[in-house]
Amino acid sequence: MSFIPHTNEDVAEMLSVIGASRVDELFDEIPSTLVAAALQRVPPALSEMEIGRLMSERASLDGRPLCFLGAGAYEHHIPAPVWAIATRGEFYSAYTPYQAEASQGTLQVIYEYQSMMCALTGMEVSNASLYDGASALAEACLTAVRANRASTSRRILVPRTINPTYRQVAQTIAGNQNVVLESVDFDRSQGRTLVDALLPHAGSDYAAVVVQQPNYFGVLEEVDALVDWAHANDMLVIAVVNPLSLAVLKPPGEWGTPAAAKRGADIVCGEGQPLGVPLSSGGPYFGFMTTRMQYVRQMPGRIVGRTVDADGREGFTLTLQAREQHIRRSKANSNICTNQGLTVTAATIYLSLLGAEGLARVAEASMARTRELVTALTAVRGVHAVFTGEGFHEAVLGFDRPVAPLLAALAQRGIQGGVDLSEHFPELGPCLLVCATETKTSDDIARYAQAVDELQNPAALARGAA
Amino acid sequence: MHDLSLRQQSLREPLIFTIGRRGRRAPTQSPAPTAAATEAGRAIPAHLRRSVAPALPEVSELQVVRHFTRLSQLNFSIDTHFYPLGSCTMKYNPKACNSYAMLPEFLGRHPLAPESHSQGHLACLFELQEMLEDITGMQGVSLTPMAGAQGEFAGVAMIRAYHRARGDLARNQIIVPEAAHGTNPATATMCGCEVREVPCDINGDVDLDALRAVVGPHTAGIMLTNPSTLGVFERKIEAVARIVHEAGGLLYYDGANLNAILGKVRPGDMGFDVIHMNLHKTFSTPHGGGGPGSGAVGVGARLLPFLPIPMVGCEGGRYRWLDEQDRPQSIGRLSAFMGNAGVNLRAYVYMRLLGRDGMVRVAEFAALNANYLLRRLLAAGFDAAYPMRRASHEFIITLKRQNRDYQVTAMDVAKRLLDYGFHAPTTYFPLLVPECLLIEPTETESKEDLDRFCEAMIEILREMRDEPQKLSGAPFTMPVRRLDDVRAAKQLDLRVKPAS
Repeated sequence: MSFIPHTNEDVAEMLSVIGASRVDELFDEIPSTLVAAALQRVPPALSEMEIGRLMSERASLDGRPLCFLGAGAYEHHIPAPVWAIATRGEFYSAYTPYQAEASQGTLQVIYEYQSMMCALTGMEVSNASLYDGASALAEACLTAVRANRASTSRRILVPRTINPTYRQVAQTIAGNQNVVLESVDFDRSQGRTLVDALLPHAGSDYAAVVVQQPNYFGVLEEVDALVDWAHANDMLVIAVVNPLSLAVLKPPGEWGTPAAAKRGADIVCGEGQPLGVPLSSGGPYFGFMTTRMQYVRQMPGRIVGRTVDADGREGFTLTLQAREQHIRRSKANSNICTNQGLTVTAATIYLSLLGAEGLARVAEASMARTRELVTALTAVRGVHAVFTGEGFHEAVLGFDRPVAPLLAALAQRGIQGGVDLSEHFPELGPCLLVCATETKTSDDIARYAQAVDELQNPAALARGAA
Repeated sequence: MHDLSLRQQSLREPLIFTIGRRGRRAPTQSPAPTAAATEAGRAIPAHLRRSVAPALPEVSELQVVRHFTRLSQLNFSIDTHFYPLGSCTMKYNPKACNSYAMLPEFLGRHPLAPESHSQGHLACLFELQEMLEDITGMQGVSLTPMAGAQGEFAGVAMIRAYHRARGDLARNQIIVPEAAHGTNPATATMCGCEVREVPCDINGDVDLDALRAVVGPHTAGIMLTNPSTLGVFERKIEAVARIVHEAGGLLYYDGANLNAILGKVRPGDMGFDVIHMNLHKTFSTPHGGGGPGSGAVGVGARLLPFLPIPMVGCEGGRYRWLDEQDRPQSIGRLSAFMGNAGVNLRAYVYMRLLGRDGMVRVAEFAALNANYLLRRLLAAGFDAAYPMRRASHEFIITLKRQNRDYQVTAMDVAKRLLDYGFHAPTTYFPLLVPECLLIEPTETESKEDLDRFCEAMIEILREMRDEPQKLSGAPFTMPVRRLDDVRAAKQLDLRVKPAS
């Protein structure tokens, strides 16, 4: 089956215009030695009804479990208008807005998006988005190396409180251009990066320091002290932030103590998924990047500007394209072509619907649910909070035995209990990174805590039965 | 003229920041405040707390819906317009692909969900890997690259990793034809390689003598598109493969034009070692106004160990992720989780809907439409850049003669086509063909739509002679006239600045 409209009559007329007798003749420039045999592993076609049945069955295999996973992707309520509008054909099936006059809708959405991301992060300029949060950090590292004129170094300090997968991705991408990422350890009791851990690097040449707020453990970093230290040592600051948290947390553009000579992060990036984008197994999400105006020409990715048309009326167009691959080829800032236009459209609608007030309510409700979750779980014998630092909407919980069997048993009960940190942080002992957002109810949390209690302390099960 | 400007007025939409009123909200979309939430907010230490609320819109739900719906109506799209954009494969994006990728279980699935909650999703991805291997003649596929450019990055990074693993450290040059997509040289740079360009001959094939002169002990590989960016099949591909392989380099296939050869000829059989596919082109996932795409990579035997992770494996009927432990030589991770998983699901549904016979028909009817449109435009008086060649799924018209005779440019024709209700073809690419239009009709357009496009082109040809101002001033019917790009770049206005 296919979506080809041609009738036999059409084909005959078209071939006669071409001067060919069969469609096969149109491939006569392909050497005969190369002509492919029939496909083996592509099955015969299904009708829409049949593929619908198959997909529904596959979807139901995965079910709709109770999810306490976070670690960079967060379950939030997505207002009905968001995807009803984003999947309109005029957004969904449009191309990159190279023909500005025929793309004013997409271009204005991106301009509004850029404005909103600047407002949230407290920065002066935003691009039209990158692929995801991890690749945005990779691009931010490369941007910092280009932008830091005070440094000739390709080294960047990366605290271990950064999402470990982000670090791996930055290594894969930036490592190919000889950017070196050096680790900084965290304080075991507070769960954050202390300036003390940076001091051994003072006086050495680094292009930048990365600061994630809230950090991978959900703990709030002392961003002012870290930023002051970095700037005093001629390093740029790359902030990795959850955009939802910026409804209540100090924007990176204001990080640093008021007395410091230079305030604010220099490059801000992160994962846009919390802003109305479904979990969807990890993508499509979008990465965002904002920076100071002085670094705009070092930024990768598309940028939309407001200008005027031939009649002097306002309109929108892609601008500063001389940074990009289709113009500068091997001298471009990045090879990136697309942004993540559709998910950015969704986020712009989401931010418009929520506004500053709504966004703060979602953030505070999520923080409250996580506190409730931590209280409920640490009431279970053998479970304790690992860090003392104040948190946002995630927390690390320690257990008195390995957590893998617990997670498997919870999964059987339809509960996704958290992320096992033993792979990346073995020194913490058995522990889970857990998350509760505004989507969780007290009943959900009680159900999770009770399941942990029963699995950790089988006596509790007996009590429950009695 | 007055009516036209009224219409244009109706096609304008104010910025959302100017629509609202202080204190207006969409109250059903956020949780009601609770004592616990207020207390959680107060627990943030003062020096880490936000002091001034971000300047976001303050609007009602209806205002949001109306604003963005109206903005959508200012766009051209495949659903509303013929979109013959060369090299971009703007074909119909079946609605079923979107509907089934957006089933609530798929949408709600957390990327770190345990494998016991992932068998349905992983089964789709595993089968997608297998189908893509079959279609490309490759031995392994990773779905993790999030766009064509990231697929290119993965491909060249694998080529580098391959040479390094053999201790062959001198190979740092990537060869590209001069007509290559800009991403090819940009990717080579991102991978720390140097770029060497080779010219094409007068009929659009790679100049083999020039290629022989440039290969050597520094050659890491060559990046080619076939059919090439000139819209013709590279007939000497076997010789190109021999020359590069004998020099110790590998061949990279840029999948931008894969639609032209689906089921007809396989990159693996042509001698390519690695390919990226643009699932948003060939397999009809949406372009979304500039993304998300998905750039799966496939490789032959030599590059198998280096594929980016994660991939999906199958053991005893159970699917699972393959990661660092399973694939220690992998070039690594490219995304926080699993690439654009939802886009991959859409490609999966598309391939199952078409099936094995449908794949071949894609290439056949893409070629039929392109060759038909080319013949009709030639008959109408336009010039082909490569008149002696078959069109593949796309072709190049050069307006060099019309530029000389009437001072019209490819840009003028592109903008005038918008007035006739057609999206413009790709203009000024490839750069080496003067005043060019790269036209790709795709297989999903009907003969009537192709004929209407031809009629518009014929009328534009007449306007060049009789009413040249209709070209130089175009477009007239869009929400805006031609925009001042110089001003946009010089007087940067990249956001709404808060009043304060």
